[in-house]
Order: sequence, then structure tokens, then C-alpha cells
Amino acid sequence: MVDVRSGIGEALPPPEVEDVELYHPHSWWTRYVFSQDAKIIAIQYATTAIAIGMVALVLSWLIRLQLGFPNTFQFVSPEAYYQFITMHGMIMVIYLLTALFLGGFGNYLIPLMVGARDMVFPYANMLSYWIYLLAVLVLVASFFAPGGPTGAGWTLYPPQAVLSGTPGGRDWGIILMLSSLIIFIIGFTMGGLNYVVTVLQGRARGMTLMRMPLTVWGIFTATVMALLAFPALFVACVMMLFDRLLGTSFFMPAIVEMGEQLQYGGGSPILFQHLFWFFGHPEVYIVALPAFGIVSDLISTHARKNIFGYRMMVWAIVIIGALSFIVWAHHMYVSGMNPYFGFFFATTTLIIAVPTAIKVYNWVLTLWRGNIHLTLPMLFALAFIVTFVNGGLTGLFLGNVVVDVPLSDTMFVVAHFHMVMGVAPILVIFGAIYHWYPKITGRMLNETLGQIHFWVTFVGAYAIFFPMHYVGLAGVPRRYHELGEAAFVPESINDLNAFISIMALIVGAAQILFLFNLVWSLRHGREAGGNPWRATTLEWQTPETPPPHGNWGKELPVVYRWAYDYSVPGAPEDFIPQNHPTPGRVSHEAAP
Amino acid sequence: MSVMMVFLAAIAAIIVWWLAQQRLASRPWLEVGHAHDHRRGQPFPAEKVGLGVFLAVVGSLFALSISAYFMRMASSDWGALPLPGLLWVNTGVLALASLALHRTKVEAERRHDNAARTGLLVALAAGLAFLVGQLFAWRTLVGSGYVLADNPANSFFYMLTGLHGLHIVGGLAALGRTIARVRLGALDRRARLLIELCAIYWHFMLVVWLVLFVLFSGWANEVIDFCRQLLT
Repeated sequence: MVDVRSGIGEALPPPEVEDVELYHPHSWWTRYVFSQDAKIIAIQYATTAIAIGMVALVLSWLIRLQLGFPNTFQFVSPEAYYQFITMHGMIMVIYLLTALFLGGFGNYLIPLMVGARDMVFPYANMLSYWIYLLAVLVLVASFFAPGGPTGAGWTLYPPQAVLSGTPGGRDWGIILMLSSLIIFIIGFTMGGLNYVVTVLQGRARGMTLMRMPLTVWGIFTATVMALLAFPALFVACVMMLFDRLLGTSFFMPAIVEMGEQLQYGGGSPILFQHLFWFFGHPEVYIVALPAFGIVSDLISTHARKNIFGYRMMVWAIVIIGALSFIVWAHHMYVSGMNPYFGFFFATTTLIIAVPTAIKVYNWVLTLWRGNIHLTLPMLFALAFIVTFVNGGLTGLFLGNVVVDVPLSDTMFVVAHFHMVMGVAPILVIFGAIYHWYPKITGRMLNETLGQIHFWVTFVGAYAIFFPMHYVGLAGVPRRYHELGEAAFVPESINDLNAFISIMALIVGAAQILFLFNLVWSLRHGREAGGNPWRATTLEWQTPETPPPHGNWGKELPVVYRWAYDYSVPGAPEDFIPQNHPTPGRVSHEAAP
Repeated sequence: MSVMMVFLAAIAAIIVWWLAQQRLASRPWLEVGHAHDHRRGQPFPAEKVGLGVFLAVVGSLFALSISAYFMRMASSDWGALPLPGLLWVNTGVLALASLALHRTKVEAERRHDNAARTGLLVALAAGLAFLVGQLFAWRTLVGSGYVLADNPANSFFYMLTGLHGLHIVGGLAALGRTIARVRLGALDRRARLLIELCAIYWHFMLVVWLVLFVLFSGWANEVIDFCRQLLT
């Protein structure tokens, strides 16, 4: 029995941080364009990421048109096809998901959720966005460069990435791609420093680490991982640029191309793969951990119940973050390696399933006997759990060397990867936007449009990716422009491919509805009020909605409790905000 | 990737040490009020924490490059390049910059403003001299035919010294801004903090350079060979 009231009468602890002198904008330009306010920067990040994400969406349509109806659309030539899959993958993983979760949600939610006025280094934060925008522009420029964008696949494996057989290999494509990534990483580092240091140093009084909402834990851990993992991509890009532009042989072995001996020799393509996947695998969790965190908060809020096993959830996030640094070579089983290494990496890969499963169980147990409101954020959160379990289970298959080797080059991997890293995080992004849009704009998103958007997206995504597993198991290879006369592929696969393509077009079109909703509701949405979801976390307790510059008015908030006091027995309402001082519980039987 | 793994282990140790103080085993659902908030005492400046995190990123960058260096070294076309003697001088100059900044920090804490200003200028001059020295070292090597693309050892030498040089340029910019700030008027708390940050950054860059120098000189190989023998 713990006396929870003992803390109430005590004096407040001294302020942890001095109330910072904010940068006050003087003009429209510094207020809305070159703004140092994390909330504006978050919106800039999110808008840019969604805009470039729409490009990647259209590219996926073009890919599916070719796969579903081979050679009907003449403009999808083999070269164009490779360029489309490369740019689709690269944009979605890095320029959309990473930027939106960390740059978008990180910027908006961290200062508000920990009770800070802004990020600790607002100027670097602003630079971070503009450098990100530059990276996006360089990326877009490659579409218009001679030879078009690179078609090396999103993993950019050398030697093919810089050879003339690959689109963009001897033209501008690969150069612009690598430059864009380098610029992105520089920009991200500036933002990432902000997110980490704000969580470490900017928390309000009373906001101990174990009182932080899981969203902040997820974004924080993901940022730490990204700061340590992105340098691997940076080094790989710099070295490949040297190979391409200055004739070094870091990655390039001796090669005869078109009957001509190239100047390269002795380089190691495997070295690139190590560097790339040392970044590439943590990247999966850089995207997944913020999603985990956000979904925990959505489920708890919309089921009106405290998150089950908060401590476990925090530990699981940290453990997943640590483990994800020692599994990278499971992407390289087909490159060949010492069998003991394969065994080691397969084991670590499977071990990650343990903390991940803990999280899934905790979400389900949070729902159990909760007061589930099937609001849009909740629908997306539930869809995420289902999808993540689906994608995660096929991940367990692929984590084993003997299963991975035959499946690695089939559509099965494409289906697995899209389920777990494509659909699942995107569902969380949608849920999060439906959840926080009222705070960002002061208005609710349209419910009917949202329902249509949810059901088409959810059912449609399964119609696309479930059959794709089967297509892969039937032996259809990935990365192929067309199958041609492949005797081992049954005729019916073609029909299935056509079906998948049609579904992809429909799901893509549903996103236009979502974008329309975002714009339409700005003006015409229902007034939301300060706390429409009756949530406990600090961002819903701001004196004004949308929160003004400086977030909190005169006084910084003081935190008295954890982030999940929902349906506390004896409390007058079914939620107690984190900055609410009165004792919440009359008795302690609610404590697990 | 063993170098990176060692680096990551060090980072992980710091994270675990820090997390161990954060009461991760507490039961936040039972604790209302402030009895359990143990953050007390002098707040640590955010800039210092920020620099620490940034140095972890830079460290990760160099640890990964060095990992790549060792992996590429295993192939048969590797031919080490002779280090110009000038690099010894450059090492001394960089150490001088680091030393000057340490001195500056001490003087600033003792409120000896003028000595601190002099120290900063000495550090700036030494930093610039280091960069110029590195450029001359490059010229010497190119002059004796060790060009970038001839051999992977050359490529790594130019790339790593280049990366290090760029970080020195960044350090010089920060140093320049600090000097501009302390040129007039007495040193306030903020100025002393800036000086300390510069000092930390330059010490770190000195350490990185020493590691790279050991790497290029080939002494590291003997250590690696020795470790390999221990393991096999």
C-alpha cells in the first residue's frame, strides 16, 4: 500500500530549466516562413513530407499498372520501371516516414507533451527544416536531370548503381540521389539534436522520465537510434560519391563493362551492404518506435483506460532500440556469410520478437474491458495492431536463413515489408493526424469522409498485400519489369496481379479524399475546443487552441501524475490531466 | 564492423548508466505529486548536453569510417602510403590549439578576461595553421604520386583527413563566433560556457585526429593483428 497523497502537500521542486527567452518573430516572414517555432516547423515538415509522399504514391500506381497490365502502358519502359521503384522506396522510407514521424510529430508533440515552450535550439530546428526541403528539392531535381533519376533500387547497391546499365548510373541520377541523402542527414542531425536535448533538458517540473507519454518515449528513442545509425548511410553515400565522381574503388570491384575494362578494382560491394544495412535496419525501428508510442497513447485515450504495463512498454522500446543495432546482416543472407554469423543474426532477429510481442499483448490488454470508443483514431490504431502482427509474423519467417534465401527475391518480401513498414506506420500516421488535427487547427476532421477513408484504406491495403504474399510464394520474383514466359508461374497469377493493381489505384484515390478532408476541415470542420478527446496529456491542457507561440501563456505547467489516469475510481471525471494537483485515487485497488 | 560495435558499446554504457538513475522501475501510476521527482540541484546547460549528443554522432561517423577502413584493408590491392613528416608537426599544432583552449577555459573561470581572449586567438591561429598544414601534406603526397584514386589506402587517407578537416572548419567557425562575442566587454556566464564548449569540441577533434594518425601510420594494424591472434 502506497500513500499516494504524501506528495501533494510538498513544496514544488525548483524549476529544472530556466524559462527560456523565446525568439519573438517580428514579421510575417519570421512568423510563418522562417519560423523558429517548433509547431510551425512541424507543419512545414509534415506538408513537405506529405507532398513528396504523394509523388511516391503516384509512382506506386505506375509500378502497379505495369505489373497488373504488362506492356499496356508504353511509357513504363524497363528503365522507367526501375526508376519508379527506386524513387518510390526511397521517398516513402526516408523523405516521408522518417521526416513525418520525427520532423513532423516530433517537432509538434515533444515540446507540448513534456511541457516546454519550444525546442531548446530553435534556430538549428529551423535550419533542419530548410535543409530537409533542400534535400527534397535535390531529389525532385533528379526527375528532370538528363537520364532521369537513379534506378538502382532503394538500397543503391554498388557496383550496379554507378554503371551505365542502370538508369542514372552514368548520368546525374545517382549523384543527385546520394547528394540528397547527405543533405537530408545533415538536416536531420540538427533536428535530432533538438528532439533529444529537449526531452533531456526541457521537461516541465514534475515530468520525470517515467511520467512521459509513450509517444515521447518512442520518438525520443527513435531519434537516438537515428543519430547513431544515419552516419552509416552518410559514410556510404560519401564513399559511393567518391567512387562515382573521383574514380576511387571503395566499393567497386574490377569490372568489364560493354567489353571495356573499367578503371575500378579491388573494391568491396559487401562493404557497402554492411554500411547501408547498419543504417537500414535501425531505420525500420526509427519508423516503428514512434508509431508504437503514438498508438499506445491513442489506444489508452480512446479506450478510456490506462495503458497496460507502462513500465514494460518503456523497457520494450529501449530494448528494441538496442537490439535493432545488432541484426543488420539479416538483410544480407543472400550475399553469403559465415554460417555462424547467419546463426547469430537470425537469433538476434528472432529475439526482437519478444519485446515486440510484449507491446502487442499490452495493447490488447489495454483494450480488454476498456470503454472502447470507435473514433477514427481508435479505428486506425486497431488496424495498426492487426497489420503489425501480420507483417511481424512473416518477418519471423524471413528472419531464418533457410526460409529467407529462397523467398528473398520474391514478392513475398515485398508483401512482408509493405505490411510491417509501409501500411502499419502509415495507419498510425493517419490515426495520429485524426487525433491531433483538432489541437493543430482547432477544428475536427470530417467524420464521414474519415470513415470512408479508413475503410477503403484498411480493407484495400489488405486486398493489395495479402494476395501479394501468395504471389511471392508462387515464385513470382520481385524487381522484374515483366514475367514473360515463366513456366513455373500459374496463369491465374496474372489475374491476381491485375486485381492487386486495381485495388492499389482505389486505395491511392482514397488518399485524395483524405487530403481534401484536411483542407476542407480547416474552414468547415466542427469547432473542437481545447480537449475534444478528454485526454490527460499536457498538449491538450494548453490555455489556447491552437497553442500560441510559447505554448503555455505566462506559467509553465507543473506535472503531478503520469500520462494515463483514465477512469480512475472515485475521480469526478473519467480522466485526470497530468497537470491536475488533486489526488486522483480514493483507494488503491486500481493499481495493478 | 567491430570498431563500430566497440563504439556502440561505449555509447550503450553511457545510456545504461544514465537510465539507471531515472527510476525506470518506479510505479508512476501510484505516484502523485512531487515526492518522487529527484531532479534537484544545478541544472546542466542544454548546450553542453547538445554538444555531447553531437559528439556522439560525430564519433559514430568516424567509428563507421574506420570500420570501413579495416574491412577494405583486407583486400589484396591495399598498399599503405608513406606519411609525410609534416603530419607530426600538424599533430603538434592541433594539440597546441587544444591546449590553448584548455588554458583559456581555466583563465576564463578565474576571470582573467584578457588571458582568455589571448588564448582564444592562439587556438584560432593554431587551428588555421593545422588546416594549412594538412593542405600542404596533401600537396606533398600528390606531388610524390600518391593520388586519390590509385589505391584504396590513398582514398581513405584523403577522405578521412578531408572529413576531419571539415569538422575542424566547423570548429573554427564556432571559435570565430566565440571570439567575436568576447572581443568587447567582460566575459559573462554565457561567454564562459561558449569557451568551454569550444574546448570540449577541440579536445574531441584532437582525439579523433590521434586515432586517425595511428590508423594511417599502420600501428593500429599491429594491435589488430595481436587481438586477432588472441581470439584465434
